[in-house]
Parts: sequence; C-alpha cells; structure tokens
Amino acid sequence: MKTGNLAVCIAVVLLTGCQREKRDIRPAPADLAIFGDAAKEGTLRPGGPVNPQPVVRNPYNASAYDISEGQRLFDWYNCSGCHAHGGGGIGPPLIKTNWIYGGEPANLFDTIVKGRPNGMPSWGGRIPEYQIWQIVAFVRSMNGDQPKSATASRPDAIESNPQTIVNRVSGQTK
Amino acid sequence: MRCARQLASSFCCSISLAFLTSCAGHQQSALDPAGPQSGRISTLWWSFFWLLGSIFILVMVLTLFTLTRRHRGFNQEPLEATHRPSEETEASLRRIVTGATITTIVILFVLIVASVTTGRANSELKDKRNPLTVEVTGNQWWWQLRYVDSNLKESLLTANELHIPVGRPIQIRGVSNDVIHSFWVPNLNGKRDLIPSHVTTEWIEADHPGLYRGQCAEFCGIQHAHMAIWVVAEPPAKFNAWLQNQLKDAPVPSNPVEQRGQQVFMNNACIFCHQIRGTGAAGQNGPDLTHFGSRRGIAANTVPNTPGNLAGWILDPQSMKPGNHMATIAVNSTDLQPLVRYLESLK
Repeated sequence: MKTGNLAVCIAVVLLTGCQREKRDIRPAPADLAIFGDAAKEGTLRPGGPVNPQPVVRNPYNASAYDISEGQRLFDWYNCSGCHAHGGGGIGPPLIKTNWIYGGEPANLFDTIVKGRPNGMPSWGGRIPEYQIWQIVAFVRSMNGDQPKSATASRPDAIESNPQTIVNRVSGQTK
Repeated sequence: MRCARQLASSFCCSISLAFLTSCAGHQQSALDPAGPQSGRISTLWWSFFWLLGSIFILVMVLTLFTLTRRHRGFNQEPLEATHRPSEETEASLRRIVTGATITTIVILFVLIVASVTTGRANSELKDKRNPLTVEVTGNQWWWQLRYVDSNLKESLLTANELHIPVGRPIQIRGVSNDVIHSFWVPNLNGKRDLIPSHVTTEWIEADHPGLYRGQCAEFCGIQHAHMAIWVVAEPPAKFNAWLQNQLKDAPVPSNPVEQRGQQVFMNNACIFCHQIRGTGAAGQNGPDLTHFGSRRGIAANTVPNTPGNLAGWILDPQSMKPGNHMATIAVNSTDLQPLVRYLESLK
C-alpha cells in the first residue's frame, strides 16, 4: 500500500514537472497564428464583451519556460520602458484587477498586437506571435494568474548590473 | 601471469591515449602556447605529466613485481599459524610506509607550490604598459566585446571575434549579462569566470600571430557548447587597420539588392535586438552587426559565416542552435536573399 502511494506521488510529481518544464522552442507557425484577432470587441465600450467570444487560449499557460521567456522579452522589447516592472510609469501598471481592455489572455494578446490609443504601440507583424503569447503568460503571472509552480519565486529585475567602463566613464557607445 | 599481461596492456593503452590527446587540435590547446601565460601552463602541465607519469610507471612496475614474486617471505612461513608478521617483515613494512608517506607529502607539496605559483604569475603580466582594454560580456550564448582606448573615451562594440595586437598586453574585463560564464582561450591563458554584478580581470598577451579558439568553460544553459570565440592575434599594423575599419559606421548598401536587404532588416524584428551603426537599428540585446560580414562565424561561431549558413540561420535559428534567444521571424522568400546579401556586405 505504502509503495503504491509513493509510486502515485512520484508519478504525479513527474507529470506536473513535465508540463511545467515543457519547452516548445520551435513552435509551428500554424499552431499559434491567429492573425491578431483573439477577442471580439464591442464598438461602444473598449474591451467590452461581445457574444459569442471565440475560444482562444494561451498555448503557454502554466509553462515555466515560456513565462521566463516572456519576462526576458518584456525587457528586451522595452515593455518595461513604459510599464516598469509591473508598477507602471509612462504607461499604466500591469499588476491590477481592473483592465481597460480586458484582462483575459485573448484581450492581452489583442492589446499587444493592435496597440491601444494614447501610447501603446502595435506589435502585430513586428514580433512573432509565439513571443506575444509568452509575454501574455508573463503579464498574467505578475497578477498571480499563473500557477505558483510555474512562476519564479523572485523577479530578476532587482538584481543590480555591474557598472561597465562605458557607462561609468563616458556614457558614449560607438 | 594473465593478470600481469592485462595490466601491462591497459598501461600501454593509457600512455598512447595520453600522447594522442596531446596531439589533437592546436587551435584550441593549452599545450600549444601562444603567450607567456599559456607557456607557463604548458610547462606546468608537462612537469605534472612527467612527474606523475614516472610515479605511475614505478607503481605499475612494483605491482607487476609483487604479482609475480612468491607471495610470502621465507621468514613468514613458520609464523603462518599465528597470523603475525615476522620482526623483519614488520620493520621493512614500517620503513616502506614511512618512506612512501614522506615522498607523497613532499611531491604533493611541490605540485601545490608549482600550481599556486603558476596561477599567481598568470593573473598578472610583467609589463603592463600601454595595455589594450577589452570588456568581455558573457551572454546566453554569445560574447559581447567592447574595445576601450587608453583614455577610456571611445569604445567599439563587436561580438564573438576578438582581434588583438601581438606583443601588447590585453586587459580583459569580464562581466556577465545573465548567468555565470567563463572566458577561456587555452592557447593564451587559463579560465576566468564572468559573473553577473561583478567585474573580473584577466591579462593575456599573444607573442605570435595566429587564430586561437576560445570556448565558454562554465555551464551556462542549453547552448553552452555553442558559445565559442575566435581570438585573432595580428601584427600591430594589421590590427590597427582592422580597428580603424571597425570604428567606421556600416558601409552604405551599394546596389539595389543590398538596399532592399537593408529595408527588410529595418522593417522586421531584427532592429529590436541588433545594432548596425550608421542606420536606425540600435538594438542592444543581440550581437552588434555593424561589420558582421567581416566575421568568421555566425551564432557565436557555431557555423562558418557563409551566405548559405546565414540564410538557414535567419529562417530557422532554432534548428541550428535550439533554445537560443533569436526569434523565429517570418521572412518572405523574396526578401531573404537581399537580407543575406546586405548582411554579408557589412565588411
């Protein structure tokens, strides 16, 4: 009996581990391309519900690898330039419950792809859609909408970077 | 007797293996020194080899001797029933053990002193006048190189190919952008870790021109094995010519195909990560491509820099180097050729 329980436990741990660490490093374009229209929107209220909504789920939900990729891209594509690390700055904060354009994965995807008035640029066609889904997964994780098992225990953003010669001495890069 | 023969044959095998390994791959070998420091490392290696090799041979010969001789001394036989060694056996045993222990301690002490002295000597150069400072930044999975002049004013950004003038001390300032990497060019010096939030220093100097391969020596993730760097040691005049060319902005595309290629580059995601000086592309996340066409390899020297490899790399970077941080972007077949031609023209 004891051995059986142990085996079940191990199997469960292993299976969840597989899901969490699954790395889809060569996503097939056809699987992910929805060509920038994940959620239907009402014309009167931005992000307002329109029925029926198409069912679009984030393929990278609950994947630790893709959430961390999203975190990297959040900085690389300078999302952090306006949204800081979730607290907001020039742009609105991303850690919140009240989303102007909807907070479901499909809404976030559309916001990134299409851009929004007053500052949010449109990224559709500029960066691949699988990376947009990774960023969506990361933004959702900041709000605790991703399983704890797949999210990082601490953000890397607080780590200080070493002062490079150029930053310190002249600030000039050629 | 059969046992002895087996021992002898395995001994011969290991000796010939040792010689074979020392013969392979001179472009990345600490046994083919190209500078004063790797010279010391090589001397240390060979002293270890000969000293420990002769001890090994001695031990093997003694083992063979004990295997083939009578297994008990004559004096011992009458005492067999008591399970006690004779006086004489015990005395000689004591002598042998004491001698072996003292010898081992002395040899270990000598080796430790030799290692520490070499390490100390290698962390500095005797003559550090007029150094050239290069900042080496480890990234998953490529090397960013920044040349800084003596006033620390002007700098040059490049990647994955370190050109150095022969006979001039080079100060490597090592940092890391993500995880711990290790800068290791065996023909020039030992390893130096590149650590996030910390600057490490290494001095190197090449005493003759050549092409030396380096490799990340600290496991840094899925593509650690494909993180190579070429060190090109050149006579000072040739190095200066290279530097002057690299300091220039990227050449302006000279024909319609290359112009189209530049357009493709500027209109795609390339610009979010790559910089080409003299154009609008100023991304800082990936390698600087200003003089990409002059470099020997792509993807941190995973493959040689040829138009075919480049086209394959752009179309599907994840097949050549799975897990790397270059995005898979959709490039039209009509746009790919111009893009490749443009990038290869950046000499």
